[in-house]
Amino acid sequence: MATLAAALKGTRTALSGTLGTQLFLGGIALALAVLLLPKAIDDPGFFLQIVIYGTADGAIFALIALGYTMVYGIIELINFAHGDIFTLGYFLAIPLIGAFGLTEGSPVSIGMVVVLLVVTAIVMVIDGGINVVIERVAYRPLRSAPRLAILITAVGVSFILEGVMYVWQGANNVHFPDLLPDTRIPLFGASLGVKDVIVIASALVLVVLLNVFINGSKLGKAMRATAQDREAAQLMGININRTIAATFFIGAALAAAGGIIFGLYFNNIRFDEGFVAGLFAFTAAVFGGIGNIQGAALGGLFIGLVQAFSNAYFQAALTDVWIFAILILVLVFRPTGLLGMQVPEK
Amino acid sequence: MSRPSPRSDLAMRWAMGTFKDRNRTIYTLLIIGVLLWPSIADVTTGGSGNHLVSTAADAGVYVLLAIGLNVVVGFAGLLDLGYAAFFAIGAYTYGLLASGQLSGSPLHHEFHLPFWVLILVAMFVAAAFGAILGAPTLRLRGDYLAIVTLGFGEIVPRVFRFLGAGSPIGNWTGGVNGISAIDPPHLPAFISGPWFGTPIQVVSPFDFSDSNWAPMDYYWLIILLVAICIVLVTNLYNSRLGRAWMAVREDEVAAAASGINTVAIKLLAFSIGASFAGFAGCFYGAKLSLVSSENFEFIVSVSILIMVVLGGMGNIPGVIVGALTIYIVQFFVLTNLPDYAVAFSNLVGLGFLNQSGPGWVGLHDEVQRLNYIVFGLILVVVMLIRPQGLFPSRIREQELEKGTAEEAVFDVREASD
Repeated sequence: MATLAAALKGTRTALSGTLGTQLFLGGIALALAVLLLPKAIDDPGFFLQIVIYGTADGAIFALIALGYTMVYGIIELINFAHGDIFTLGYFLAIPLIGAFGLTEGSPVSIGMVVVLLVVTAIVMVIDGGINVVIERVAYRPLRSAPRLAILITAVGVSFILEGVMYVWQGANNVHFPDLLPDTRIPLFGASLGVKDVIVIASALVLVVLLNVFINGSKLGKAMRATAQDREAAQLMGININRTIAATFFIGAALAAAGGIIFGLYFNNIRFDEGFVAGLFAFTAAVFGGIGNIQGAALGGLFIGLVQAFSNAYFQAALTDVWIFAILILVLVFRPTGLLGMQVPEK
Repeated sequence: MSRPSPRSDLAMRWAMGTFKDRNRTIYTLLIIGVLLWPSIADVTTGGSGNHLVSTAADAGVYVLLAIGLNVVVGFAGLLDLGYAAFFAIGAYTYGLLASGQLSGSPLHHEFHLPFWVLILVAMFVAAAFGAILGAPTLRLRGDYLAIVTLGFGEIVPRVFRFLGAGSPIGNWTGGVNGISAIDPPHLPAFISGPWFGTPIQVVSPFDFSDSNWAPMDYYWLIILLVAICIVLVTNLYNSRLGRAWMAVREDEVAAAASGINTVAIKLLAFSIGASFAGFAGCFYGAKLSLVSSENFEFIVSVSILIMVVLGGMGNIPGVIVGALTIYIVQFFVLTNLPDYAVAFSNLVGLGFLNQSGPGWVGLHDEVQRLNYIVFGLILVVVMLIRPQGLFPSRIREQELEKGTAEEAVFDVREASD
């Protein structure tokens, strides 16, 4: 046991440098190549199709993962309620879309795009506001309590959110109006749907905007400072409470956008399905390096692709097992994740 | 503060009254409750208390699990979010080796090993998995350990579900249906008496699932198992190992500097905790005569964690009370809440609420829908009021007062390398 532990320790030390990054990425690439190259050569069109689906899935995971990674980065809480915040965004959008007079089969027009953007903006604000209230009521009073207490309230909040959605919409799948066109463009033996493009593009835009915000704005700077050292940030005159609330707001807003995109793409969700999606997104955040924005986006993409490949080529029943096994392997051999975590090792 | 002497045995300490008073009160009340419960159940239900006794035996499984998780979370300060995986491993170990299940597997041979052997086997299998999972991961920061265990907890039930009919390596676990018709425990002979509500007589052989004795026999069996575990864990807590766990929990670097092999200590906590889950899983499989992967989902891990945190991490009687409280809330209050609501509305003259109408499915079903919300609210409110749990250990209470607990609860850092 001791030799095993020592060997692992040595491996981890070696893997923490630049060489480690290269080895780690190389290892993943090699494993993927061995597993997937024969399939790709066998039927390149189908392979490309899977890549397209996986990328679209991954874009949605990425949007959820961003909120996870931001919240973990700033208060080191595994926010179990985050997956339900994502579902809540989906649920909130449905009546709003109806209120603007959009129904399934409405002709695609500039007006519809504008309405969808407005609805998304409203839902992002509402969902973000709800998350800020949750943070204020259930997390902030426990910030100096034992850290397990806040984890339990996060689980409790998750139950409450699921309960609210259950009472509101029932236990069955809830349908999201299918508004986007089903047009598909042939592409090298595969087909690229308009939906795929919209999902990937909107996720990309949001990630880029978030990145600009975190790195460029004063509030973003305050967030990074608070994540690094809360007390020092406070001494520099940063309003900690407001910064943390803003983090929760932005995280929830992105999850809400993810929920709407999910709705437009898949059209069906059940009130408790967001929870598992949240766990996957958390895996993505850890994979990319927790606290790291680009890492979370990349991790989400990776998880989406793994899911798509596993469903298509290997045992679909074991897809979740692969994803969680990857999570464990990453943590054992490279706990800082793909791009390195940005949480202080206190 | 007077620390209990580590050497004297449990009975001596009990007699000498060196136990903290509050805990002794809890134990006394629990013992009285356990002894009286079959009679209470009989009296309150008018002679058909078997169901309530059986429910109490089920609650005992959760008490066992909470005691085990308390070793990991409460004593050593490691966060385990996949504890149900070890519970599943224990239950499947018993299910596979004490039923006809394996005759359909590529082994083509079924095993019917006795319960009393398998309960130890299940313990060791679960402990071994705990060690395998813990060895590479226990050096990680506390939160990362939590994530690894979460992943493990998600993997195990899925693998068990996958290894059913149609899997590439044959039908091992019965897949979605799980393993059914599992053997009950047997004794070669047993003296039955008023404790089973019969005149004194010798029963041979004694079958636990015999309708004459069930569920009373399962009730007393789990009481015995829980009692053994309480003695074991209390002794562990007061041993050198227990003090090492606390030292690691409070300050890992200082503990390492004091000559404690922190990795070995944490690994022991993890394995010992897992072994209790294996123990509980074995009993669970035997009593239910069925194991199915859906009984070991994430929600089970979370429920056990809630029991430990709510009861008061690190304090064994507190954890037992926490386990019973959450069990009663989850399986009794929440399931009966709709009936209570209906009875109450009839009582105060709002009986019309019970009829369903447009947009209203009747009070009973409306209240049933609120289950998630009620449970979530209970968790949030209790944690806001008592973040340290109902009956925290005295030592931990002091940590909390001095404000050292913020980092100490599970912030176990990677040893400086």
